Amino acid sequence: MLRLRGRQMSMTSIELRKLKRMTYEELIKETALADERLVVMTAENRALIRNLPAVLGPRFIDTGITEQTLIGAAAGLALRGRIPVVHALATFLTLRAFEFIRTDVGIGQLPVKLSGFVPGFLSDGNGPTHQAIEDVSLMRGIPGMTVFAPADEADMLAMLPAIWASPAPAYVRINTRPATYEHAPFEMGKAEIVAAGTDVTILTYGMLFEQTLVARELLQAQGKSVGLVNLRSLKPIDEAALLDVVRRGSLIVTVEDHFITGGLYSILAEVLLRNQLTARVLPLALEERWYRPGRLSAVLEYEGFTGQHIARRIAAALGESGAAIAAGPTVLENQFAE
Amino acid sequence: MTDQKRHELAALALRVREHIVRLSTDGGCFTGASLSCADLLVYLYADCLNVRPDNLTDPTRDYLFLSKGHDVPALYGTFVELGFLDKDRLAQHLSTDDHIYWHPNRHVPGVEFHSGSLGHLPSVALGVALDCRMRSQDNKVIVITGDGELNEGTVWESLLVASAHKVNNLTLVVDRNHFQANVATEDLIPLEPLAPKFEAFGCEVRRIDGHDFAQLEEAFSALPFSDTKPSVIICDTVRGRGLPSIEARADRWFCNFSADEVAELLRELHSQEATTLTSETLTVR
Repeated sequence: MLRLRGRQMSMTSIELRKLKRMTYEELIKETALADERLVVMTAENRALIRNLPAVLGPRFIDTGITEQTLIGAAAGLALRGRIPVVHALATFLTLRAFEFIRTDVGIGQLPVKLSGFVPGFLSDGNGPTHQAIEDVSLMRGIPGMTVFAPADEADMLAMLPAIWASPAPAYVRINTRPATYEHAPFEMGKAEIVAAGTDVTILTYGMLFEQTLVARELLQAQGKSVGLVNLRSLKPIDEAALLDVVRRGSLIVTVEDHFITGGLYSILAEVLLRNQLTARVLPLALEERWYRPGRLSAVLEYEGFTGQHIARRIAAALGESGAAIAAGPTVLENQFAE
Repeated sequence: MTDQKRHELAALALRVREHIVRLSTDGGCFTGASLSCADLLVYLYADCLNVRPDNLTDPTRDYLFLSKGHDVPALYGTFVELGFLDKDRLAQHLSTDDHIYWHPNRHVPGVEFHSGSLGHLPSVALGVALDCRMRSQDNKVIVITGDGELNEGTVWESLLVASAHKVNNLTLVVDRNHFQANVATEDLIPLEPLAPKFEAFGCEVRRIDGHDFAQLEEAFSALPFSDTKPSVIICDTVRGRGLPSIEARADRWFCNFSADEVAELLRELHSQEATTLTSETLTVR
């Protein structure tokens, strides 16, 4: 096991349980019981909310496998003053129901909160039908929509109260993986600056934060000074944080479980152009293809997104062999849940 | 329904049809589709629904969602006649100075939600109906779809869900004018037998003549049709109703007439309505 430093934690389950203040389900329950505007909806995706029907009664609405009707009905409920928190697998939510999100929620500017389950690499063994790896691109293209990708469950629980309290429509890449890092409090539109570095800065969001944290440690062990930024919010984007990184002048690496088009790499390019700047950027993303399905650890290994792979790809970009870079900790597998 | 009321509604519908014809120029509008649902909208707003210019933010008001958004001239004509909308705003049709265009939007008082993309508002209306029920309010929630719109799977998906959740305060009304954009429905995607389809989706269905105010009153007064099922009212109508020269024509969905043609159509409208009204006029007087 890698020696971990600073605010980073070792991943024993006892410590993780201590850190885990509550679950996603407990947070919704607490919020809904305190605010009768909140309704919980799902297209039969109940993995994280199995106990809510008994607690919320008619404020728990399962429409069955009907993502479009789910979103239309959520818009109707929002018209009546409700705040629907809507659950479906991220890919069906953002793709099957895209026009309903764009047209009913987007044009209507309604406070519908979209919880996309198993986004990006988290749909590991499902195959390309289930891979939400264009969701950030699609959702951020809708005027007024906000887009969030927490690094882990603790990060997500820190972010959700502000997301649900905002009047804006929101899409959240749901991520219940246990935290391996103690996060700073969330501030809307602000990235979390984990570390500053002079050789390279890694920009990332969502479940790959865990691997970039490992990659950073591995590179630091090789004597590199590595910055790391957990974006948290893709829209609004923390432009000041990105410009800070750009002004350091060193290599920037964007790491994302998303197509290279429309995600963080594109966002960074837009920020650079808007500010008439340029930078040396290494994008680590999925280029023009879906990823190879398998157990999560195998997917990360095959696609080159384990901490070790990320560190080696960065070392190569810095003109070094990276052969001495060690393996990181074993990747915690996903449990099947729908 | 008394003859006097029928008369008043017919007179109101005639004025609404005048608005529709006047909007059918300088860029045009969906004339045929608007004329088919004019009587339905007039009846609902003038005589059925608890919704008025002075209660548009009252959560206990009745809701009407026009999912078949391209018939908005009929809606706006009705709104002008009933005081929801300033008549001068119709003169801004297709002007970027206002928001009077080919589909409904919430810049116009009385429009509950925008539409244009077909198959959306059955689900939005379902959400509103669910909330009314949660709050133990007995608002009517009406959603009007076209018959061509029934091609969209989301109409049926919404009914499946409404039926599963026993949403009996939701009523779906079909403006069954027998045409979709370019061709007769039965020549493209046949819908008949239509009522049994809705019944099979768990709805309680009635089928009426959508131009007959007495039948409209009889059907809508009986809502909800069931304690446990959504209601469906199929209104058989005629595309272009009121103007024999364009009635039931596949090529009179969208019309952009010249000023002279509009003047001629207004003459046709008035001569037609006078004929239609004669027997009732004699009865009343």
